Amino acid sequence: MLELKDLHVYYGGIHALKGIDIKVNEGEIVTLVGANGSGKTTTLRTISGLETLKSGNILFKGKDLKKVTASEIVKMGISHVPEGRRVFADMSVYENLEIGAFTRKDKSEIEKDIQNIYSLFPILYERKNQSASTLSGGEQQMLAIGRALLSRPELLLLDEPSMGLAPLIVKDIFDIIVDINKKGTTILLVEQNANMALQCANRAYIIKNGKIELEGKASELLNHDEVKNAYLGG
Amino acid sequence: MIMEEIIQQIVNGVSLGSIYALIALGYTMVYGIIKLINFAHGDIYMIGAYVGFALTTFLKLGFFPALILSMVICAILGVIIEKVAYKPIRNSTRIAALITAISVSLFLEYGMMYFFKPDTRTFPSLLPDKQIKIFNTDAVLDIKNVYIIVVTISLMLLLQYVIHRTKVGKAMRAVSLDRDAAQLMGIDINKTISNTFAIGSALAGAAGVLVGTYYNSINPLMGVVPGLKAFVAAVIGGIGIIPGAVFGGFFLGITETTISSLGGSLYKDAVAFAILILVLLLKPNGFLGKDVKEKV
Ligand SMILES: Nc1ncnc2c1ncn2[C@@H]1O[C@H](COP(=O)(O)OP(=O)(O)OP(=O)(O)O)[C@@H](O)[C@H]1O
Ligand SMILES: [Mg+2]
Repeated sequence: MLELKDLHVYYGGIHALKGIDIKVNEGEIVTLVGANGSGKTTTLRTISGLETLKSGNILFKGKDLKKVTASEIVKMGISHVPEGRRVFADMSVYENLEIGAFTRKDKSEIEKDIQNIYSLFPILYERKNQSASTLSGGEQQMLAIGRALLSRPELLLLDEPSMGLAPLIVKDIFDIIVDINKKGTTILLVEQNANMALQCANRAYIIKNGKIELEGKASELLNHDEVKNAYLGG
Repeated sequence: MIMEEIIQQIVNGVSLGSIYALIALGYTMVYGIIKLINFAHGDIYMIGAYVGFALTTFLKLGFFPALILSMVICAILGVIIEKVAYKPIRNSTRIAALITAISVSLFLEYGMMYFFKPDTRTFPSLLPDKQIKIFNTDAVLDIKNVYIIVVTISLMLLLQYVIHRTKVGKAMRAVSLDRDAAQLMGIDINKTISNTFAIGSALAGAAGVLVGTYYNSINPLMGVVPGLKAFVAAVIGGIGIIPGAVFGGFFLGITETTISSLGGSLYKDAVAFAILILVLLLKPNGFLGKDVKEKV
């Protein structure tokens, strides 16, 4: 479904991605794990068209995304939950969800989907008229995921959904991610919480200093010595 | 007698404030979305007045058709200016953007002088010369004031509707809150910026026609001082905040007329800028702005 081929991305003089190759097949959960500054966010932002690649290719359903703008990429079926949630602070919860469906015109279906998000995250229903800035971190993460689902993506990019959340909530969020995947959305999940990510993913890539260091089945990487030492706390 | 005087000054202040507010809205919307102080905005207002002048003088259009057409033409002009002058430098430094805005402003002012003469022109009287008594007092209300105030309030209500209820408006709010996140929702940034310039410039064009009909005289430099005042108004309310522009406009208009009526008309401009300095010192985010930056 998604194929990254030898991606190179620069921030001015900083060579952030040094030849990334990643493949995500339809129906999978693929996770990209790595330390701070290794290039995970940059990879996702490049897929979404927020950063421009210097060389390499991004193929989505066989189409090259190089010349496609960020807003058109959403229409093609990729939705991105950015690092740090980035909900629209001054808008209500409902407005945030509504704007997630910006690319769609089917009003009654949108309303149904919003109701589905409310049943997935009941707390959002309770807070629907509150401004998003008043939500807790976990609630904001739920809102960011709900908002991203409203474009009805085929591929969902998640950037550290567990960041800054209590372990119990992290578990909830991961359960929901698996649930979303079971309902038919392919997922590329970026995480520092390697343990959780590897437990729920099918396959995994380990990124270090802008390069893919290891790849394989998630279950195998969970028991890989190097991975254990570096990312799973021994 | 005192009472009449006060009512009269309030009416004048609200009328002047309406004009400031209409122009300030465009300043604040553009700032909200691309963080640019568009110093050419006052000149769009001037061009709006000239377009209104041409439409009414040569084509003999009435007040409302001229108002609406002038808004449309200013909207198009605003979009062109953004595409030609501001878009290419969108990722440059702030100072480069500011210098560009000042250049566009000078270009419009002196372009108008070159092509349409620097002379002051007489704007035709479009509105009935009628005065209405206010209640049972001796204070009179010029019908022109009524037009200014009613048109302004209607446009503000329309703007409020567009911003909160339509897709175009929601996209504008999203882009000004978080540009990257807005793009991830599928919002087209270029289109949204164009829309912002179109709406802001249309409001300035409306202000131009209103002032033309009110004072019956226009000239190529008429946008300079009101442009600066509207900028002050936007800062008073909190630049980037739409209700702030309305508040700042009325606040400044009423303050100025009050000072004039107390015999200080010579100092009214100085007072406007003194207020600007005070606001910047004491409440740099404006009266309606949040004290702490909420962005993380
Ligand atoms: N806007 C930017 N300008 C310059 N350098 C940047 C920018 N964004 C990221 N970088 C650099 O690119 C590299 C990769 O950053 P990136 O944000 O992709 O890392 P990450 O893996 O997401 O890290 P984290 O886990 O901390 O979120 C880092 O060295 C970072 O300093
Ligand atoms: Mg990151």
